[in-house]
Amino acid sequence: MNKDIKLPETDAGTILFNVNPIIQKFHYEIDYIHTYAQDTPFFAGLAKQKLLGSRCKGCGYTFATPRSHCMECGSPTEWVELPQRGIVHTFTTCHFGGEAFLKETPFTLILVEFEGVQTLFLSRLLGAEGDEIKIGMPVRARFLRNCKFKPTDVYFVPV
Amino acid sequence: MRPVYMVTGGITKFAKSHPDKDFRLMVKEALDYAMGDLPGISLDEIDGSVCSYFSDHFTRQLMAGAMVQDYVGLSPKPSRRVEGGGATGGLCFQSAWESVASGRMEVCLAMGFETMGRVNTWKGNEFIALASDTNFDFPVGGFYTGYYAMMLNRHMYEFGTTVEQMAKVAVKNHINAVHNRYAQRPGRITIEDVRSSQMVATPLTLLDICQMSEGAAVCILASEKAAQRLGGTPVLVKGVGSGTDAMRMADRPHGKVLLLPHEKEEDYVDVKYPGVHSFRGGRMAAKLAYAMAGINDPGQDLDFIELHDAYTSSEIQTYEDLGLCRYGEGGSYVDSGAPFMPNIEYGLTFSDTSRWRKLPVNPSGGLLACGHPVGATGLMQAVFAFWQLQGSVQKHLGDSTLQLSAPKRGLIHSHAGTGTYITVSILEKV
Repeated sequence: MNKDIKLPETDAGTILFNVNPIIQKFHYEIDYIHTYAQDTPFFAGLAKQKLLGSRCKGCGYTFATPRSHCMECGSPTEWVELPQRGIVHTFTTCHFGGEAFLKETPFTLILVEFEGVQTLFLSRLLGAEGDEIKIGMPVRARFLRNCKFKPTDVYFVPV
Repeated sequence: MRPVYMVTGGITKFAKSHPDKDFRLMVKEALDYAMGDLPGISLDEIDGSVCSYFSDHFTRQLMAGAMVQDYVGLSPKPSRRVEGGGATGGLCFQSAWESVASGRMEVCLAMGFETMGRVNTWKGNEFIALASDTNFDFPVGGFYTGYYAMMLNRHMYEFGTTVEQMAKVAVKNHINAVHNRYAQRPGRITIEDVRSSQMVATPLTLLDICQMSEGAAVCILASEKAAQRLGGTPVLVKGVGSGTDAMRMADRPHGKVLLLPHEKEEDYVDVKYPGVHSFRGGRMAAKLAYAMAGINDPGQDLDFIELHDAYTSSEIQTYEDLGLCRYGEGGSYVDSGAPFMPNIEYGLTFSDTSRWRKLPVNPSGGLLACGHPVGATGLMQAVFAFWQLQGSVQKHLGDSTLQLSAPKRGLIHSHAGTGTYITVSILEKV
């Protein structure tokens, strides 16, 4: 038995912002194993420059943002290809954002309305600024060539 | 269901941060205030609690509700945590109501807090945005102000609402809060101040948006028998309602308006509903609460409202959901002066003052001026409504300016996401 045992000392200190009360910097980081699960075909579609929505097999309701079961009646849906042209249903230009997006500001968000589709699609608009952006403005989809399997693989530009 | 009364309440000062207190101490302070205001009560009388806080990311402590429960001296009595985004406090209030209404408890404590100053504002915005769909919404926008700005632009397009009408909401709530010592951002501001402050997401400026906050609030609810025993000036919880809508605002359908008792289908022949301009969940919450409280015309039957004005635009949208005016008239409702306090000078002129009855909205200053420590917010509204109905505003705020003359019935409204969970509760003087 070593009664003289000691914890080793290190020279790594705590970053203190204040001492009364003690306020310190605390870093936190994590990797998630995130699955797109039943939404996978949508993200795979982006790599093929296709926009996939969902149509209800029961009531025919068509969703621009896909869901594998109908929000209206609960029936399963089937995949349908959405038109790549639509109009701006509404918009905003963000001058600030969540931390992850600050470096991208200002960016313009739009909800796209497609002919024959009952719900909208959230995306970014490029190629128009300020007063150039109007509700009802025709827009068309563009895709990243090097797919990242994110919803930002598609974006819209004015027609 | 048996009648439920609010018997006391307490809040802490809301601030950007309270580095000298953790969440447990904040709740303890609010609870001590509430108990100090009702001498007949002791911890022994409280049968259990519901604890509300929104984000584990902000707290960096799971099971924080359990820590509050033991800190305030209520272990081993029953407790649970409720969470529902911005509506967390409203859901907590209704959950405590259920505990008493069902007969499970005689006295139940609703206690809520949020500590949002432990990260920078932009990280905080990111945490909040995690309450949007992380597959389809967060990666594209990642910013709730952006989502609300889109809803607002459609409201402006559909109904002709203007940025000046929104600014009047900010003027009203900030000036009301000058008389509320618990508020985070009171101030005598003008329409020009609002419009010239920093643009955040067009057309919402910094003064159109509530702030990150830290603070706590508690309400104690009791059965009729317990309320009689505890004394004080209890207030009846006359009605509760809640509603939901699609998490993704892009999924909101276009159908028919859910009608309130004073409305007719022909009022809304041209309105596609809810779209992204209105909150169907808020309308459902109001409809259910009005039915329980026997309210036929909210504009006539209510005396004040404390509603969830996280944005000036959402206050205008909510006037319509609650049926204070018809859908599309929210901007005109502000212009008329109806939601302003009758005894405060705002530096504004009002049009059409006879069209709607005066019905002060957010006399406390609302979220815009009081702050929005999410888990505490819905309970803070209940405390202000309680003090209004008791007639004890002077006692608690040290200023009687915000005291309405003899209010009989008030409404509190709590709101999450882009209208995903919404609660409406109606309190009545007894």
